[in-house]
Amino acid sequence: MTELTTVEQILEKKSHPVTRDAEAAPTQDMHELLYELEAKGEIILQKVPEPYVEFTTKYGRKKKIPIEHTWHHKSCGHCGHIPGYASSILWLHRQFGLDYHDPTDQTSCTGWNYYASAASNAVGQASVMARNFAAAYETGYFPLIHCGTSFGHYKEIREQLVHHKELRDEVRRILDKMGKPLVIPEEIVHYSEWVYAMRQKFAERQLVDMSSITATVHPACHYYKIIAEDAIYDPEIYGGQRTAVVTAVLQELGINVADYSTWFDCCGFGFRHVLVQRDFTRSFAVLRKIEVMKNEANPDVTITHDTGCVTTLDKSQFAAKAHERKVGIPVLSDAQIAALAMGAHPFRVVQFHWHSTDWRPFLEKLGINWQKYWDEFQTDLDAIRAGTKSGITWQDADQPIKLTA
Amino acid sequence: MPTTLENWNPGKAENRHPDVTYEEKERLFLEIKNDIRYHDFLYGCYECGICVSACPSARFYDFSPRVIAQAVAREDVERVYDILTEDIWNCAQCFSCVRCPRQNNPGGLVTILREVSIKNGLQESKDALQGYSRVIYKVMLKGNQVSPDMLQPDFFPDWGPWVQNFSQNMHVWRKAIPMDSIRGLTDVAWRVERKTLLELYTIWFESGNMDIIKELDESLYDLLVDVMKEELEEG
Repeated sequence: MTELTTVEQILEKKSHPVTRDAEAAPTQDMHELLYELEAKGEIILQKVPEPYVEFTTKYGRKKKIPIEHTWHHKSCGHCGHIPGYASSILWLHRQFGLDYHDPTDQTSCTGWNYYASAASNAVGQASVMARNFAAAYETGYFPLIHCGTSFGHYKEIREQLVHHKELRDEVRRILDKMGKPLVIPEEIVHYSEWVYAMRQKFAERQLVDMSSITATVHPACHYYKIIAEDAIYDPEIYGGQRTAVVTAVLQELGINVADYSTWFDCCGFGFRHVLVQRDFTRSFAVLRKIEVMKNEANPDVTITHDTGCVTTLDKSQFAAKAHERKVGIPVLSDAQIAALAMGAHPFRVVQFHWHSTDWRPFLEKLGINWQKYWDEFQTDLDAIRAGTKSGITWQDADQPIKLTA
Repeated sequence: MPTTLENWNPGKAENRHPDVTYEEKERLFLEIKNDIRYHDFLYGCYECGICVSACPSARFYDFSPRVIAQAVAREDVERVYDILTEDIWNCAQCFSCVRCPRQNNPGGLVTILREVSIKNGLQESKDALQGYSRVIYKVMLKGNQVSPDMLQPDFFPDWGPWVQNFSQNMHVWRKAIPMDSIRGLTDVAWRVERKTLLELYTIWFESGNMDIIKELDESLYDLLVDVMKEELEEG
């Protein structure tokens, strides 16, 4: 056997999956610090309820993901303009009869506004998080964070609270005025980690064959870049070099996941940009994401796991089409495609009509007669308009349907 | 002025804002440096440029997270002031830059710089946030933002005919959502209890957030204070 050159040795080493060793992690384990603060009586540490599943994070540590008894910390963007995202997450819980709580004693993390305008400060942001976590603790349910920005923002605030006593004292002073304790959950859990944990269960009850579909994945920046060590990795997924959530779910559903070179790039959301400086958002979303996906993978759909990514990648395509750019990829979340695979109604649950890039060819390729279900939904809307129906409820939406042509 | 051995100041920026005194620029810099997060976000800089290669804003603007980390680390007061007035609002806050091998967080530094800029009422920041007041109003007063009624065709013409279609059907579409916490609501993303809102207002007053808003936009401040105070007094 000929001796490998230096470059060949490096390439050979990189060809093996990365197995992370927690003992060699470059950062201190946040759990140890949290347990110390709990022992000193400085915080209440809300434990992950059973049943939970443990997964490996970036540096080889374990993270507990609760399966039920979860407090659904909703996302502004989901609820405001992608409601099928939030309703798909809850629909999946309901399919398995899992206990959850959809609270109204919850505010936004206010992170979108903060990252856009900075019209706040560390104490204000930490107090908002602490108030929400105390509210969850009061119910006995464990926070499951829907928004990637809330997830990343809260992880960063948790670091700040753990490392800065003066911040803890100030937040406690404010919480005292509401009669609330300082509670930090044992884990900060993103909903896509729950979807990842449930992926085999979804596949067992899959009603729609998705083997004809090719999808690209946009990993959400605020999921795996902010406090990077707290995201789930698996040597089986991209050799452990990228987060495993989303990709592993799609593979489990039989979808062909195609790679593209700009997977690490953000979507172009920009927080302030998407609202008041959209030339940047549109350009980045199209030139660095959608067109690259189209050229390199030509997917039927792209799947992501955060609010801003769905909106940016979806809504930016219209103007680009007018400029004859290569666009036309529908955008969904992992929860929406999992729900669709399990027979969720495309409009009552997945709410395709809130998405603007043409999703019809995608549904047709799956063999779903979208017109039939759209007509059904129109009947619902007519009844609502006529006042004979107050709205769609879970009773209308719970039952999976055999989605056929 | 030509660069000579007498005025050569290696690595330091020239004074591009002579209308602002050095003492004032230094005061702002010290406010940045004294932020409790400063030492969590900056450890030094190899000048490797990994942050720049990952930065979306660097592709579209004359913007560099490396320059920001460098200027702050070198305590280059003049350049930090340039950054405060010219660069910070270009950052997309995606935090792609945190792949830094020195564990720096240039995006986090930008956050501190933005806060200092807003808190001190820099006109450039007020200009950058023109048109943004409505979002601040919503999230501070209602407890969440991007409510459906903010998706107006005039504001999002580049999103195409979908916005028009949505706008015409908003009320009925919102009723056709199975979640109890969302169904039927158009002025908020989800239903937030009054008790919860009063707690949120308490946070805004007690954390000094209202002072920040006053510096940013006095009429927005007056509006928010009127409503919040009345609610807190009644509550």
